Amino acid sequence: MYELPTGAEIQAIITTIKSGALHFLPEIWLSGLFLLLILADLVLRPKSHHVFSLMSLAGLAGSLWFIYQQHAMVGTSIFFGMYVVDEFSLFFKYFFVVSAMLTVLLSMPSDELNERCSSLGEYYALVTGMLIGMIMMASATDLLMIFLSMELVSFAAYVLTGYLKRERRSTEAALKYLVYGAVSSAMLLYGFSILYGLTGTTAIAGISSVLMERGYDPLTMIVASVLIITGIGYKIGAVPFHFWSPDVYEGAPLPVTAYLSVASKAAGFALLIRFFYVAVPHVQGGEAFTPGMDWVTILMILSVASMIYGNVVALWQTNVKRILAYSSIAHAGYALLGIIVMDELGTQATLFYLLSYLIMNFGAFLVAILIANKTGSEHIDDYRGLGRRMPLAGAAMTVFLISLVGLPPTVGFIGKLMIFSALLAKGSVFVWLAVIGILTSVISLYYYMLIPLNMYLRESHKQLPDSLPSPFLPQLVTAALMMLTIYYGIFFTPLSDFARYAVALFANQLY
Amino acid sequence: MDVVTHIGLTHYLVISAMLFAFGLFAVVTRKNAIVILMGVELMLNAANINFLAFSKYNGGMEGVMFSLFVIVLAAAEAAIALAIIINIYKTFNTVDVSSIDSMKE
Repeated sequence: MYELPTGAEIQAIITTIKSGALHFLPEIWLSGLFLLLILADLVLRPKSHHVFSLMSLAGLAGSLWFIYQQHAMVGTSIFFGMYVVDEFSLFFKYFFVVSAMLTVLLSMPSDELNERCSSLGEYYALVTGMLIGMIMMASATDLLMIFLSMELVSFAAYVLTGYLKRERRSTEAALKYLVYGAVSSAMLLYGFSILYGLTGTTAIAGISSVLMERGYDPLTMIVASVLIITGIGYKIGAVPFHFWSPDVYEGAPLPVTAYLSVASKAAGFALLIRFFYVAVPHVQGGEAFTPGMDWVTILMILSVASMIYGNVVALWQTNVKRILAYSSIAHAGYALLGIIVMDELGTQATLFYLLSYLIMNFGAFLVAILIANKTGSEHIDDYRGLGRRMPLAGAAMTVFLISLVGLPPTVGFIGKLMIFSALLAKGSVFVWLAVIGILTSVISLYYYMLIPLNMYLRESHKQLPDSLPSPFLPQLVTAALMMLTIYYGIFFTPLSDFARYAVALFANQLY
Repeated sequence: MDVVTHIGLTHYLVISAMLFAFGLFAVVTRKNAIVILMGVELMLNAANINFLAFSKYNGGMEGVMFSLFVIVLAAAEAAIALAIIINIYKTFNTVDVSSIDSMKE
């Protein structure tokens, strides 16, 4: 049925792969780091896991250099059009590497990991493996590559979630994550298979051009769209695909929760943006969308539902991890708003929002780790009276939470401002989306501010020592993140220029 | 009569849609974690049948390639899933998902 390739064709394929590998150096470097970490764990069996954390920090910093080199090769498509190096993927490469570094920095002081785990070698290897998957998710331009990279991220995430294997919470979280993840990825795959059947190609650019040219059956397209949105919606944790996230966020070790809520979510957004703008055909000139592929309406519903549900349900939570989990559902809704606008300004706003979320959310989780080290709990009542005893942690937590609400002068304010101004510039129904966004932000003020309220104004029932000192390094990182939250809230131009640089690619595809 | 005697693309698609539906049904109704994962395998294989059928009738190789990768991924997923389920059994003494609910809303 199929003809075997000739020798010359095989030679040509090998040459293409070889030249592609030169544009693939950051990923190759990180794969090397991944193997090195596993080997080092097997051979050295060191007493302290700080060997691994320092090793992975050095390796991750090294990969930044390779990514920097790629600025010269922007716009190349490699591996037979399956993978691309462009401004957009570079943005996310930096984003993911920085978040992996922060995850390592968060893991180092975490007692949860250090004391309750026998070996942490694989932990850092898995963080690196997940990083490779996320980088590939942001760069993939082929259905096969998208699916492979998503599974790579998911598999690493399942294991990381269940890393505290003697703990009931962690094991249960891993099972829930696994079941929801497996089902939604199977749905995504089925959607991809329908899309492949309709178009006969797996390249996302090809899909949109074939669909535009040949037309399609709207009903089939609705089925495929819903299945694919299920898969991506699960990754970004938007309502109604959010069921896993509160339990997984509560059960997973704190650094892993931070990693999942920031990086894995951002990887879902990277994929969504690329898929939505490239593979989904849009009709030129505004509101008239093609039948069956009306992604804008679906995404609007997802976004509004996420903002309302996330913020309202968070009001009843008493566990800080769960509060942050519901807040991350709400934040997925805000970030979706920028994508719905479908112009350069909106996408730039979404990317900026993700950057701001990176800084403030990692900060909030770092403080939660420092507090959990002292009190052994994430319950909001155990935060009482800690503001005086841990002055830096208290101040930093307040700043991060103000930023998560979106009040000035913080980076979170600028992020929300950009999203809402993109919506208002578009007008019509988008104004209402902005109104819902602002109203739900007001709701979020209540549950975020409960934490500083407990820390500063309520006295603990337990007898606590007058001061609870933390080690130097995590304090330094906390202080740095706190400064950045305020600094970028005032001088936000570097971040917004960076985000604009990333969306330059899509300028000719946005309508 | 032709529909019955001659096997065409539709037959494959119907089989795959049925497999997908059975898989989803198993996931939604069953309580045993292992049976849920079997349902997921059915869903993945339904997609595989789709890919192979479309590949045959579209004339491209992408579908064949895709299904090969999916088979490998399904095996990897089963390995991870079983490891997690063994751990669940060790800590909870059951693999019934409805009784594994120590975290509350």
